[in-house]
Parts: sequence; structure tokens; C-alpha cells
Amino acid sequence: MSGITAYGAYIPRTRLLKSAIADANDWFDAGLRGLAKGERSVCNWDEDTITMAVEAGQDCFSVLDRDSVDALYLASTTMPFLDRQNSVVVSQALNLGDKLRTMDVTASQRAATSALISLFESGSGKGNSVLVASEHRRSKCGSRGEMLWGDGAAAVAVGADDVIAEYLGSETYVTDFVDHYRGEDSTIDYEWEERWIRDEGFMKSVPTAVSRLLEKAGVPASEVAHFILATDQARTPAAVAKKIGVSAEAVVDNHITDMGVAGAAHPVLLLAKVLENAAPGDLILLTGFGQGADAILLRATELVTSKRPATGFSGALARRREDSNYNKFLSFNNLVDRDVGKRGELDKQSYLAAMYRQKDLLTGFVGGKCRDCGTIQIPKDNYCVNPECNALNSQEDYPMAALKGHVKTWTADRLTFDWNPPAYFGLVEFEGGGRLMMDFTEVQPGAIETGVEVSLHFRIRQFDHQRGFRKYFWKATPAHQ
Amino acid sequence: MASGIKDKVVILGMGCSKFGERWDASPSDLMSEAFEECLADAGIDKNQIQMGWFGAGIDAYNVGSSAMPLSVALRLPNIPVTKVENMCATGTEAFRGAVYAVASGACDIALALGVEKLKDVGYGGLPQRTRGVENDMFWPNLSAPGAFAQLASGYRAKHGISKEDLKRAMAHVSVKSHANGAKNPKAHLQREITEEQALKAPYIAEPIGLFDCCGVSDGAACAIVCTPEIARALGRDDMISVKALQLAASNGEEASYSEWDGSYLKTTRVAAQRAYDEAGIKNPREELSMTEVHDCFSITELVTMEDLQLSDEGQAVRDILNGDFDADGRIPCQIDGGLKCFGHPIGASGLRMIYENYLQFQGRAGARQLKDPRLALNHNLGGFPHQNICSISIIGRYE
Repeated sequence: MSGITAYGAYIPRTRLLKSAIADANDWFDAGLRGLAKGERSVCNWDEDTITMAVEAGQDCFSVLDRDSVDALYLASTTMPFLDRQNSVVVSQALNLGDKLRTMDVTASQRAATSALISLFESGSGKGNSVLVASEHRRSKCGSRGEMLWGDGAAAVAVGADDVIAEYLGSETYVTDFVDHYRGEDSTIDYEWEERWIRDEGFMKSVPTAVSRLLEKAGVPASEVAHFILATDQARTPAAVAKKIGVSAEAVVDNHITDMGVAGAAHPVLLLAKVLENAAPGDLILLTGFGQGADAILLRATELVTSKRPATGFSGALARRREDSNYNKFLSFNNLVDRDVGKRGELDKQSYLAAMYRQKDLLTGFVGGKCRDCGTIQIPKDNYCVNPECNALNSQEDYPMAALKGHVKTWTADRLTFDWNPPAYFGLVEFEGGGRLMMDFTEVQPGAIETGVEVSLHFRIRQFDHQRGFRKYFWKATPAHQ
Repeated sequence: MASGIKDKVVILGMGCSKFGERWDASPSDLMSEAFEECLADAGIDKNQIQMGWFGAGIDAYNVGSSAMPLSVALRLPNIPVTKVENMCATGTEAFRGAVYAVASGACDIALALGVEKLKDVGYGGLPQRTRGVENDMFWPNLSAPGAFAQLASGYRAKHGISKEDLKRAMAHVSVKSHANGAKNPKAHLQREITEEQALKAPYIAEPIGLFDCCGVSDGAACAIVCTPEIARALGRDDMISVKALQLAASNGEEASYSEWDGSYLKTTRVAAQRAYDEAGIKNPREELSMTEVHDCFSITELVTMEDLQLSDEGQAVRDILNGDFDADGRIPCQIDGGLKCFGHPIGASGLRMIYENYLQFQGRAGARQLKDPRLALNHNLGGFPHQNICSISIIGRYE
């Protein structure tokens, strides 16, 4: 039996109140007020599709052995790099080794569902293939997308052992339906009329793919327990369900008012949500819409209730920090030309040869453990740092990203440049040994003090806007704030 | 066993430019200002100087690399000149080079000059700069106050001191230095401040406020050194000699090995003990007349009092609030106003401190003159508490 063997989810902690968007923009478009219910997830300045993918992957690996992974696909329409395989960055941050298939799947809102079908249908490997879907869409100031979209990521593993949702089949209907597009020179979507998209798009493409699939599988639509159709059109999933004969109770809520729709990642996020709540035997119909539609049929197994990730969709949704600062949201998404001060002007050139030399540290947070005296240190260096040892070339690779740490010293720096001042940083001591002076991120005022426990997160360290590059590294966040 | 530097070299002359926002002055102007005073004080001709050591900290915003800027600025007669850079210890490093050259017998008379032009950068605070290709990839983007502010968190945790008590002692450090600096015509900041002002100033890096930070200024200072024999031959009595010159560089233990608690400067402790040994000082609290320490931030001066063994561990807050290091205290600290009031033109600071020793020993310190000082300690700290360079010089009467 092949199917889904594990899943995980990540939603950025910050939730922007939609009323803040309306307050700033309804002078121009009074219609925005009607959409201003609830809140949406927004990336911190140092989060993007790659960093969220790493977080979702980590959650997935709370119930999956990393050594069993032989492929990692990343699905997104908002890849930070157009030419540099983003899935490789994710796989190395997740310490999946150097012997696996990696691939970026992009250019459609159904990128993730299409990738998932491809994994199910190829299903030759003995191990698990992981699909991470992640999305961080830019939208124009005061747009409908700004109101209805959110940022997030989810991961699912596909394999043959310990399956929690069995793969029953899939169908794809293909048509060049351009409800929106983003050309190579643009970073923002151009959309067509909502009603046309509903009538000619959703209401036709999805039923076509679904009816072909259900007919092939010999399953009546009325038996579907969970129907996933990711869309920012609040009423459309129920309308489509009615048309294809799926019960109203089976329609999965899109969380438009408490998260927002995370583009190509949203079908997988909703699948993660469903798997958290499904009963053994439940039929799950997952669809993806974009230039046609994908439809995938799954059936939950007995394991679905026991194999749950550490955080999951509900945990990620619940871990929230309310924000009403719309201006900050604009800054973080480069939608205003902020004066960052002269300290922000320092050249951010990345020296790629040096970066490659240090990739295990920078991407994997791999330190060293001395085979002579057991001392752990990061960065790994030629001589052991223990003054009683100082052995040469004795450090063996020691991955530290999953370790807990505790703050030794810290400050909140208002002089140095930071996209979200003050810049918090300090000396972190890791459980088992090793320490590093490092950046903190997403610190709530008052949450840092000497002794506070921190967890580690893969984040953007710096943007080089001059050359279109971004650097990543690990940062610490208070574990219980 | 090396015999150390004690009394092998004396100071023949010293000079110090006015420190401040010297919008009008180029690095060359600052250098010649300090040098002309120094040369006149030494009473020799420029051509008698045989070797030079040149300290300058931040090449990119200062004079550029190599010793040429000094040699060209002063039109030195093609003598060997060495450029030194060791972060905030740079000025002391220039002095160390000149002193060692004389002590070795390689030359009779040597010049040490440090200069820094910080105010051409266009914004307040020390210039933002690269920390090296590899460090830039993962070090936090920490400013100088951001680095040193962390001493406060480590110190509070170790000694169980409240934020309020520590902050009050930090304020006292700055109030005291401003009171001293107000009496020094060469200081950048010559204005007294109140404890309330210090406590209420906006945060720069928690818990460091504006008045916990030293100034940022342009300046130059220099010394001409020679052997006691030559000084005597030049008609000098009442000589001032070098008693100790020590340097300690972090080796990564504080940053990477799980021992240091973040509440003190390991290098200062190491360098201080070596310097006391070299100078033959058994009891620094009794023997030192004054200290000029690296008060880049008030918290640095506070922990340095313990690191130099002038306060018991955990007692610096009490001693500082007790006035032990005030102008009329048991060991006056920053009697010239310190980095607090002079600012910290990196290449010049170490030499500027020695300049104050020199004036005090000669009774030329004007309104801030101490009574009969015999022995002075100067301390510089470059880098961050978790990884740094510490230099210590001890200067005293040649007896």
C-alpha cells in the first residue's frame, strides 16, 4: 500500500489584523471593508518560502525518520531563487544528506497537488519521498489578495510503510484557463474577474477532474468525508461540492479569516489539517486548481489517529501573535521605500566560494564534537576549543539545529541596522555543550533573559538587494513566549 | 626568564590633539597637531627620531593602510615606520612597538603615534564595517554597545543584582567621568551631567543608554620614547618610565567553550596579572595612583574594576556608588574624562591615556591635578566581551 506516511505544517506566528489593512486603504477602495474580517498570517522580515519549508519539514520529521527520505520536492510559486535549486537549500537545512532526489515544482496554484500525484504515481523507491509546499505571495497595497491571502507551508511524506492515508488514485484535467498570471518580469499577480473565475474555472474544471476520478475509483461522491478545495473565494467550495454531489459537511474550511489562503501551499496545509482530524476509513478528496484541476483520492488508515506531528496545522494556527502594524507589513514585503539609515547601506556582498566552504555550518547548523575529549563546539574548527585538549582535526560533524539552548547573555540593540529593530542577539549555550553568539528572532519584549530556553530556526540573515541575493542562517527564538 | 620592560624605556615627550568632532581637520592635521606638541615637549629635532610606529584602527574610513600616511604627514626622513592595528588596543600597540624597539637597542629614539578620523563617516556611533568574509556570514550584526551591553545581563545573572541597582552604578560611572572631563580643555565633551539625565536617556542597547556610551570623536596622540640614559644625556631628570606593557588576546574559549559566564573580561584578568607581575606590583589597590580604563560603555568600566582587582568580585556596584573611583576616591578612574568625554578615536586612545599619566606625573594636569601620583594603569579593550584584545600599560615615575 502506498500513501501518506507523515505530515507537518508551519504558519508564521504574526497575524495581521485585516481591519488594519482596511483602515489604511478603504479611503481608496471602500469595498475592502467588507473583506476585513479576522486576520491573516504574515512572514516576519526574515522568513520566506525556503525558511517556512524548513519549518514545515521539521514538523514532519517529528514523526518520520530522516534517514528514510530519498526525495525532497519543493512546490511553490514564490521560490526565492529562479535559478538555484530551492529544494536543495531546504534539504540541506533539514540535514537530509547528499544522496536524494530534489526538485522544485512551480508555476501554478496546483504545483503541490501535481507534485504529489507525481510522487504517488512514481512510487518506486523503498523510502519516503517528502513534498514541502510553501508560499509567500506578494500582493499590491490595498488589493483583494492582500486581504485574503496568508503565508504558510506544509509537508507530506509519501511512502509504502506505516501509511496513514492510502492513495486510491488521481486525475488531472488540463486547460489553459488564465484566471491570473505572473510574468517573468513581475513579482505580483495580475487577476481577472472573480465571478468569471468561479463560473468558468472552479465550477467546470474541478467537477471534470473529480468526476473522472470518482468514476475510475468507483466511489460515490456522497461517501467523501473531507473535500479540500483551496481558494480565496469563500463560497466556491460549497458550490462545487454541491455540483459534484459531495455533502456540505465534507467541505473543508479555507481559513480565510484566521490565516488567509497560502497559494500553492494551501491544498497541502488543508490536507494536514484534515489528517489531524480524520477518522480511520475516511475518504479524503484533495483538489488543486490552476490551468485545470488535480484531484486526488485518499483513505485514512488506522494509523491516522496515532501518528500526529509535534505541531501540525492546529498547533501552527494556534501559535499566533496579533499585529495591527500595517506599515511594518508593507516594509517587510518591500512595498514601501523605507529609509533604513546609513548603517543599512553596508555592502552585503556574498562571497560564494567562502559560503560553500561553510555550507554545513550556515545551512545545516553543523558543529563539531571532539572525538578525543567529547567537547562540542560551533563553528567546528581545526583545534578543539577545550584548553585541556586542543586536539588537532579531532572534530566530527555534530548537527545542532534540533538542540535546545539557553540564553547566557543578550541585548536589544537599537543602534545597529535591523529590519525590525531592536536587534536582539546574544550568547546561546546548547544542551550538551557548545555555544554561539547569535541573532534572536521574533522576540516579544520581556521574553529574553539570561537562562531563558530557546529553539533554533532557519531564517534569512541578510538581503543583498544590489545583487538579488539573500543569505540564510539559524537564529534563536524564546521557546515559551 | 624574560626580565620584562620595567624601567627600560622612558617617555621623552608627548602630545595630544584636541579631541572632538573635528570637521575642519584631516587626519594629517590631527597628526601634526599632536606631533608638534610632542616634539617641542621632547626638545629634540625631528631627524633624531629613528623609528616610528603608527596606530590607526579602521582603514576604510581613516587614512588607508600602511605606515605611509604617518611618514608623509610628518615628512619623516625615510625612517622605518610600522603600521599597527589591534582594534581598540591599537594606540597602545603603537606605543608597545616603539618601546620594544628602544628596549631592544635597535634604536635610541622612537615615535609612537595613533590617529583616528571617525567623524567623516556621516552618522553617529562607530562606523558599520565588515568583520571579515567568513564572520560576516553568521555573526550577529552587533554594534559596539550591543556587544558590551551583554556584560550587564551576564553580571546581573551571576551576582543577582537588580537592573535598577546596576543601572544606577553605571550612571555614576558616567556622571563621574563627565565631572572630570568638564575640567579638561582637550576633551570632546566638557559638560557635567546628572544621574537623572543618565538614567532617563534613551536606550541604545538594553540596558545601555545614551549616557552610558562614550563619545565618538576625531583625535591623535603621540609619544617619543628613549632609554633612561639618553633622556638623562638630554638633560632630563624626574623621568617617567614604562613599568609594564601587556596584551592578552582571546583564543575563542569565551565564545565557544562552556565556561565563561559573560560577566567579566577574561583577557583583562590575564593581562592585568601579567602587568602587575611585570611592574612588580603586589597590591594594586595600594600602589596604583590612578587608572584610565576602557570605558567604551559604563558597564565595561564597572566590570573592569573587578577584573583589575580594584574591587572584589560582585562589589563593583557598591564601590562605584561609594565614590571609590571618583576624582577624590581611593583610586581615581578617568581623571581626564576617559573615553566617555574624549570619545574613542581608536588609534589614538591608548596613547591619549598615557598622555594623561604623563601630565599628572609632571603636575601639569591643571584643575584635575591629583596629589602626588606615582603609578598609573591604562587599559584598552578591543572587540567584544566574548572575543577581544586587551592591552594594559603601567606608567610611573622613574625612581
